[in-house]
Amino acid sequence: MLVKITLRTVLEVTLVKIAVCVKSVPDTETKIRIAADNVNIERSDVRFIISPYDEFAIEEALKLKEKHGGEITAFSIGGDEVVEVLRDTLARGVDNAVHIKDAEFDNLDTLSTAKLLAAAIASGGFDAVFCGQQGVGGDNNQVPSMLAELLNLPQATAVVKLEIEGSKFKAEREIEGAHEIVEGSLPALISAQKGLNEPRYPSIKGVMAARRKEIAVKDAAALGVAGQFAADKRKVRCVELTLPPPRPQGKMIEGEPEEQAKTLAKLLREEAKVI
Amino acid sequence: MSRGILVFIEQRDGQLRRASLEALSEARRQADKAAEPVVALLAGESVKGLVPGIAKCRPDKVLVVDNHSFTKYSTEGYADALTAAIKKEDPRYVLSANTSMARDLIPRVAARLDSPCVSDVSELRERNGALQAVHPMYSGKALGVFEFSAPLAFMTLRSNCFPLIEAKEGHPAQVEDLAVTPENVRAWVVETHTAAGQKVELSEAAIIVSGGRGIKGPENWLMLQQLCDVLGAALGASRAVVDAGWIDHQHQVGQTGKTVSPQLYIACGISGAIQHLAGMSSSKVIVAINNNPEAPIFKHCTYGVVGDVFQVVPKLTEECRKLLAE
Ligand SMILES: Cc1cc2nc3c(=O)[nH]c(=O)nc-3n(C[C@H](O)[C@H](O)[C@H](O)COP(=O)(O)OP(=O)(O)OC[C@H]3O[C@@H](n4cnc5c(N)ncnc54)[C@H](O)[C@@H]3O)c2cc1C
Ligand SMILES: Nc1ncnc2c1ncn2[C@@H]1O[C@H](COP(=O)(O)O)[C@@H](O)[C@H]1O
Repeated sequence: MLVKITLRTVLEVTLVKIAVCVKSVPDTETKIRIAADNVNIERSDVRFIISPYDEFAIEEALKLKEKHGGEITAFSIGGDEVVEVLRDTLARGVDNAVHIKDAEFDNLDTLSTAKLLAAAIASGGFDAVFCGQQGVGGDNNQVPSMLAELLNLPQATAVVKLEIEGSKFKAEREIEGAHEIVEGSLPALISAQKGLNEPRYPSIKGVMAARRKEIAVKDAAALGVAGQFAADKRKVRCVELTLPPPRPQGKMIEGEPEEQAKTLAKLLREEAKVI
Repeated sequence: MSRGILVFIEQRDGQLRRASLEALSEARRQADKAAEPVVALLAGESVKGLVPGIAKCRPDKVLVVDNHSFTKYSTEGYADALTAAIKKEDPRYVLSANTSMARDLIPRVAARLDSPCVSDVSELRERNGALQAVHPMYSGKALGVFEFSAPLAFMTLRSNCFPLIEAKEGHPAQVEDLAVTPENVRAWVVETHTAAGQKVELSEAAIIVSGGRGIKGPENWLMLQQLCDVLGAALGASRAVVDAGWIDHQHQVGQTGKTVSPQLYIACGISGAIQHLAGMSSSKVIVAINNNPEAPIFKHCTYGVVGDVFQVVPKLTEECRKLLAE
């Protein structure tokens, strides 16, 4: 719940406690190569970044904190590639960072990821939990809804506009051919879609400050879940990762614009049979 | 005895989603292999009139949750309906189209029932008797093949990847009411604003005509819209022109926009950046119209036209109009 503190009689400050889930993902420019195990990508030379949608989640949390005061904690599950991303998060103004890390957590499926995040977040007394709508790379769009269920929170996903007043939220979501407005109560889980805000870059001062901050590390034992997420406990697994079949060399259509248009229309109708 | 497949059918304001019917069709094909039943779940208010449209895809049964709690979508209310249907039917798989409603709803129910989920499935395969779900990852730069080891699993299917069954006559599906009263709804849809202009929904369109920075300015959408009208296509856009404010984000195709796999994608004045390709590379036929022969889009197209969009597009519109009139 929101903690309201009234200072003297004129100034009212509401403190918010926010959790943000951030995922470290391969840069979107990465050329994908399949690793020798046939289920992972080759990770050497891959640059890891904050999943772009999580940047909107972080920004929205920062804006709320600016307005109401309070505290933001970022949570990320992953290996060493997470550290830089959490530093970046701290540099943007997030207060605390929790790195959830254990050899057992390799190649987690979405349900296990949501369960682990829930284990780490549940007791924190957060007013809002922010996620990105999708972790790029895995392209699942699942963890936010799963996490909302496991934390027993109402949710609004793929949000492009958010207003919070008192213990109510109003969110605009992008759906097929329309926008819809969702109203609900806090605490809640919100997942961010592009358009929600313009993420800030970390300031030099922020980067310096972030270097001195400590990143809390929690393993399976610390979360009280030892053995629960081991590979043999998972209910779905990737058995193979392949590259899509290459497209055959395309046909270039020569000539003057008029001829090109004519040939193209004909090919679309007679050869490709798509119009 | 096998336990069957349950398909969540999405309707908004009394309109069925074509992608839901594609999912239902695929459920039918999969279930037939094992002689399993297919049950469709429809939730809403006064939605019974949609049953014949659903019956065309030959489900064995349509479960209808019909009361005023379902007039507008709420995650928790619809999750209660889907959970109730699953408890009643005890299926092996729950399928749905991969729409924004499904992305909101399906994982929530999967977590409630402690079950796995694979989303945005582009193909279902069978190997050694096990069902395999193929999910494009890394924006389509790789395909993940997934297998389940759970009594219940959820999948959302990408639109335009699974052919529609359209039986001429509605299969005599059994129709059954399911009474559900949502208990704890703490967030719900209060209003829906339909985007003006877009007649065909981008992610479900069979043909998409997309414009990028090469079209020079928002006043030139009209030129692409005319081609759209002739082809019955939806209008797409690159991020560069969305960011420039020429068009709403609804139209953006790519990594941070929509993933589409139409039969035909016509890219006009789009360079073919990797993040744009991410959203459309699984289209069946790709046409690139660009005045720079070195544009990366030409490496990914089925048909390439090196030329000026202002010269080629109006002529193409004309040629298509002629051909389609024949
Ligand atoms: C994290 C991230 C996410 C992104 N997500 C997306 C996304 O979802 N979707 C997306 O599209 N982009 C995305 N981008 C941006 C992407 O990298 C490109 O910048 C963008 O796609 C370029 O758009 P464009 O092709 O319209 O513009 P440009 O790259 O400027 O290309 C314009 C093209 O038009 C051609 N042209 C110019 N005049 C004419 C003419 N008269 N006739 C014919 N052709 C002409 C030019 O030769 C050129 O090839 C993302 C980038 C990042 C970093
Ligand atoms: N390993 C992770 N650590 C922290 N947050 C995660 C992780 N995986 C997913 N998330 C959160 O869930 C969102 C959606 O991810 P996904 O369901 O994998 O597409 C991300 O944008 C994050 O906010």
